[in-house]
Formats: sequence, structure tokens, C-alpha cells
Amino acid sequence: MSSPRWIADPLLRVDRLTMRFGGLVAVNDVSFAVGRGDITALIGPNGAGKTTLFNCLTGFYKPTVGRIAFSQKGLQDEGRIEALTATARRFSRDGGEDLFLLERMPDYEIARKAKVARTFQNIRLFPGMSALENLIIAQHVALTPASGYGLFGLFGLPIYRRAEEKAVAKAEDWLKRIGLRARANDPAGELPYGDQRRLEIARAMCADPCLLCLDEPAAGLNNAESADLARLLHDIRDRDGVSLLLIEHDMSVVMAISDHIVVLDYGQKIADGAPAEVREDPAVIAAYLGVEEEEEAAAEAELEQGARR
Amino acid sequence: MTAPQPLLARAFREAGLAALIVAGLSFPIISYRAEPDFNNNLTLQPRWPLFFIFCAIGFALRFLLTLWSARPKAARPVEAPKAPAKRPWLAPLGLAALIAYPLLMPILLGPQAALKWVDTFGVQILLYVLLGWGLNIAVGLAGLLDLGYAAFYAVGAYAYALLAPATGLSFWALLPVSGLLAALWGFCIGFPVLRLRGDYLAIVTLAFAEIVRIVLVNWDVVTHGEQGLFGFPPITFFGIPFIGGPRGFAAHFGLHFAAVHKLIFLYFVVLALALVANAVSIRLRRLPLGRAWEALREDEIACRALGLDTANIKLTAFALGAFFAGVAGCLFALRQGVVSPSSFTFNESATILAIVVLGGRGSQWGVALAAMLIVGASELLRELDFLKLIFGPNFDPAQYRMLLVGLAMVAMMNFRPRGIVSARQPTVTLPAVERQA
Repeated sequence: MSSPRWIADPLLRVDRLTMRFGGLVAVNDVSFAVGRGDITALIGPNGAGKTTLFNCLTGFYKPTVGRIAFSQKGLQDEGRIEALTATARRFSRDGGEDLFLLERMPDYEIARKAKVARTFQNIRLFPGMSALENLIIAQHVALTPASGYGLFGLFGLPIYRRAEEKAVAKAEDWLKRIGLRARANDPAGELPYGDQRRLEIARAMCADPCLLCLDEPAAGLNNAESADLARLLHDIRDRDGVSLLLIEHDMSVVMAISDHIVVLDYGQKIADGAPAEVREDPAVIAAYLGVEEEEEAAAEAELEQGARR
Repeated sequence: MTAPQPLLARAFREAGLAALIVAGLSFPIISYRAEPDFNNNLTLQPRWPLFFIFCAIGFALRFLLTLWSARPKAARPVEAPKAPAKRPWLAPLGLAALIAYPLLMPILLGPQAALKWVDTFGVQILLYVLLGWGLNIAVGLAGLLDLGYAAFYAVGAYAYALLAPATGLSFWALLPVSGLLAALWGFCIGFPVLRLRGDYLAIVTLAFAEIVRIVLVNWDVVTHGEQGLFGFPPITFFGIPFIGGPRGFAAHFGLHFAAVHKLIFLYFVVLALALVANAVSIRLRRLPLGRAWEALREDEIACRALGLDTANIKLTAFALGAFFAGVAGCLFALRQGVVSPSSFTFNESATILAIVVLGGRGSQWGVALAAMLIVGASELLRELDFLKLIFGPNFDPAQYRMLLVGLAMVAMMNFRPRGIVSARQPTVTLPAVERQA
């Protein structure tokens, strides 16, 4: 059996990451890799440190210790990572291959330069603005130079008008893909919950990411919506070639769509592998789903059910 | 209909309670008045009739309110929100009225009587419209609550008052300089408050405005303290001064000299600049920068997750808002002929903020209307001399104007809490399509 993608061709690698808040160790010495073109799921019970880890990856927290290396082209060149780590720089662009150390970069730079986009557990759309505008703001980084930092746009030059038309076309395309074309001009805050979730994913995709991080994308969705979501995520991976990293509670979603699962408990990694391996892991069953026998049985049943989907 | 008996009983009970509250409140302040007698000793003058009148008013108002709010309400049919009616004639018509106004006033009232109408109701209101549009960028679009906007206004006014005599440059050259200096200060205040939002930001901007004002009061050598600066060059018609005599504007164009000419010209300058400011605001709203401002107001964290550099976005909002205030300050100096710190107190900031909030945050039309209402209406109250016929010769309506403005604000916040124009127009739309089943 060939080695799995997250070992053979990783795009993101977390090395010995620790995040402390005062005396509380939220993430403790966690290492894992995300394979290029994989859907990787980060699971664990409440308070396991999943969202903290996410916030470290996307720059919203500065990790206490550890390294997060990211490259769109893959991370095979160990020497180059070490060389960059030894310097004080945040990223290197020599040789046409970008290499980023995310723990050194501020949040907006991670989205802008490293092209890691994210969504939030509690949806963070721009509620007063229309669905279309939400998707156009996501293209801000690409549109700003075309607007001449405001100047070309201020005088209505065609160079900006063309750029904006392209942005609108892209947004319209995404609205069609998530089935919200008819509600393009409605304020995002007035959409139903499931639509808001999909719109947030589309908005992150409009920022042209290489890695899309989703924090509980299926939270609060019904079964039909969850199935839709799974289709959308597969579609993003296959058609857009974007790797996905997601936090998820819904086991049926996790088992059905992920290629790779990392399990956290009390801030520590307790399992890491393909869904089939993780499902069998007794430590996961005990830690993630509780140790009492009844619960364990119920949990196993749920896992089984998820596997069958 | 509900049975009338319990309703009436309830109305009486609530009205009685209200009357009691009024009695409790007004007893210490109305029932006696301390007045000095001939020996300058204070004596208490009982005013019981007035006290009872107040109680009766409280009773009657509450009684009527209870009856009115219990009236049967017709079920209002749920209507689909109507698309805002397009009124393409509104903007040109308004513009024509604005241009005709200062020209008609002297014809209708004579050049002397028109002074007040062109100055107070023309130039002053337009200045507040300009200020409102400037503050609208920071408060309305970017959602940065700025309580110290008058500081930038002051910077603009002092920049002109100090630089015009010192450099000998004309008003046209110093106008952008005033704006840029104010923008620079906007930038400076923007830096330390980058991490702040909401209440905290408001407090810091409030403090900043006080610092600016106190520096202006105390830096005697430069600013002449409370006395202020005056005697700086007035506005000229592209180099031709507005003075009597052969070299003046009137003689040049074969008119009789009148002080109102200068104000009419100033009016058109302010109008032109306000229109430019409006055009820039409207354009910017449709550009990445303007959309980023609105996104910042909606959710700062989401902005950062999308790669928007929120520090830059905040700084540009502060700086551009301040630029407008600087330009307005320069025009204010020209209108007033004197600048002193007392023109740039917190009251000024509060008035401009009230204009923006009352107008509807982010709405250009709303802000312009609110400026007319707040500034115009409160000035208009000074003119209501006929009220003396009703309330006696000692009645001075001007003393009640702030009270009435306050009442108007309370009423607005009750009935239109999001301002006069509260509907937000999207900056870009897609053509509507049929909704698939």
C-alpha cells in the first residue's frame, strides 16, 4: 500500500503546536499534516481545542510554540522549510514556489498571500449587505489593484469596469452553484440558515483559496441540507482543486466525505488516519464518545451508520 | 370592541398615577420660586396654580394616550416590500432649487434682508451637509463611532486662518491644504485607535477633540487663545475682492455693491464642494474601498478572514472623513471671518453626529435632509416672533429651540429608529430571475 497523501504530498504541516491561555493548555503539542487534494476532518469532543487550532492556522491566535508550514506546491523540500524557519522571515518566494510559515503571519496576510480561507462556527456574513456583495467583497484583494487603489474606479476608467464585471460574473457563478442566484440582491442576513452556511462557503471560495478551512459547516443543518453540503464540498475539491480542512461534529458527514481524520481530545492528538482506521480506534471511541457502555454502543452504532453511507 | 367600562377605569387609574408622578417631579421645581426682594433677600413665591396646571396636563395626556393606544387596530395586510419608487426628476429639481435659492432671495427680499437667508439658511446648512457627508464615511459606512469630528473641522479652519496671512496663498490653494492637514490628523488619531471599536473608540475620539480644543485655547502665541484669529484674507472672486469702490466685484460687473454678493459666491463654492463630496462618496461606495468600509461595519473578523487589511481600511475612512471636515473648516473660516475655539466644542461634534444618525447612517439623501431639519429648523425658531402674540411679549422662542430639537430627536428615534432614510441600496445588483421551485 502506497503511503497516504498526507504523508506523500502534504500542503500544510503542523509541527508540535501548543497554544496556552494563561494556565490553560488548549492545544498541546499537536502535529499533523493535510494532504493536497484531500478532505481532512478535525474531530473531537467539545473543548478538545479544534477551534483553537483552527484559529492558530488562520492567524487569529498566535500559537505559543510550534510551526505551521504551508505551501501550495507541497512541502517535500524539508531543507527549505528548515532554512526559512532559521530566518526571521514569514514566507519565501524564491524559485517560484511559495512557502509560508503561518504562525508568523497576521490573519489577513494568511488569507491574502498564503490563500488559506476560512468560515466560522457562528456564521459571519456581512448581514446587511446583499448576497452578491458578500461574494464581491471576498474578491477585494484581486479588485483593489484593478481599481487603481480607488483612483481608476473614482474616474470610472474601463480597466476597473472590466475587472468588476469579471468579479460579478464569478460571484454569479458561485450563487448558481449554491442555488442562491434568485436571492442575489437580498440582504445576506435575511437568508435561511442553511443558505447562509452555503453562502459563507461560497464567499470563502471567491477569495481564491488553495486551502479552505470550514469550522463546523454542517452545524444546524438538517439531513437533506447535510447531503447537499457533502456534495458541495466534494465538488469544491474535485472541480476547483481546493484542499479542505474541516471541523465537524456530525459523524455521518465526517465519515462520508473525509479522506483523512485527525482526532483531538483535551488538546492532544489521539488518532490520525483514514476514516476506517480511526473508526476502529478504541481510544477514539472512548475519548470522543464517552466511556460508559451504553453510550459506547450507541456511538459505535452511529459510526457504523456513517460508514455505510 | 372591548367593554368601555374597564377601559375607562384603567385610563383613569393610569392617568391618576401619571398625575402623581408629575406632582412629585414638579413639586420641588415649580410650586415655589425663589426671587430676590428689594433688599436682595430671597423670598419664596408660591406658584400653586402653575403646579396644578402641570399635573392636569400630565393627567390629560396619559388619559388620552391610554384611550388612543387601546383603539381597535385594523389588521394591516402584509405587503411585499415595495421597490423604492424611482424619482429621476428629484435630483435635478433639487439642484435647480439650490442654485436658484441664493439668486432669488435678494430679488425677493432686497439685498440687506437676504443676507440672513443666504448666510444662515444657505451657507450654514450646506456646511453642515458637507460635514454630515464627511462624518457619514466614518460613522455611516465604516461604522467607526467618532465623537470628536469637530476637531478636524477646527484643524481645517485654523489651517486657513493661520496659513493665509503667513503664506499669502489664495483661498483656492489653501482649500486642499486645509483638507489634507485635517486628513493627516485623521490619520494620526486613526493609528492609536486601530484596535478599538464602538464605545471605546467613541471615548478616545471624544478625548482627542478636547485635546485639540484645549491646545487651541492655550497655545496663545499661535492661536491667540479664546480670542481666536481674525483679519485673515476674506474670500475673493478669483482674485477680485468683494469690496465697494472701483476695484471691487460689484464695480467689475456693473452691479450696486452689496454685502450679499460675497455670501452668494461663498454659497456656490460650498454647494460645488458639497456636490463633489457627494459624488466622491457615491462613487467610493461602489468601489472595493467603499465596500470594504461597509464590510468593516458589518463584521471586522470576517473582513480579516477574507484578506482585507482592516487597519488600512479604518485609516482611509478616518482620513477621508477628516478631509471633508478640513475643507468645511476652511469654508467656515471664510464665512465667519473669525475662528475661535468656542466654535469647535463637543456640541459641534454632537450636532454633526445627530445629523448623521437622524438622516440614516450611510444615506446621502437622509443626511442632507437631516442637516436641513436640525440646523434649519432650530434657526427657524429664532424667527417665530409671532408666537409672542400668543404667549406674551416676554416669550422668546429661541430659548425653546434646543428643547424642541430634543423632542424632535426623541420622536424620530421612536418612529424611525434607523433614521429618515433607513433602506440600504445594494452597491451592485444582478437582474432578477424567476425563483426555481
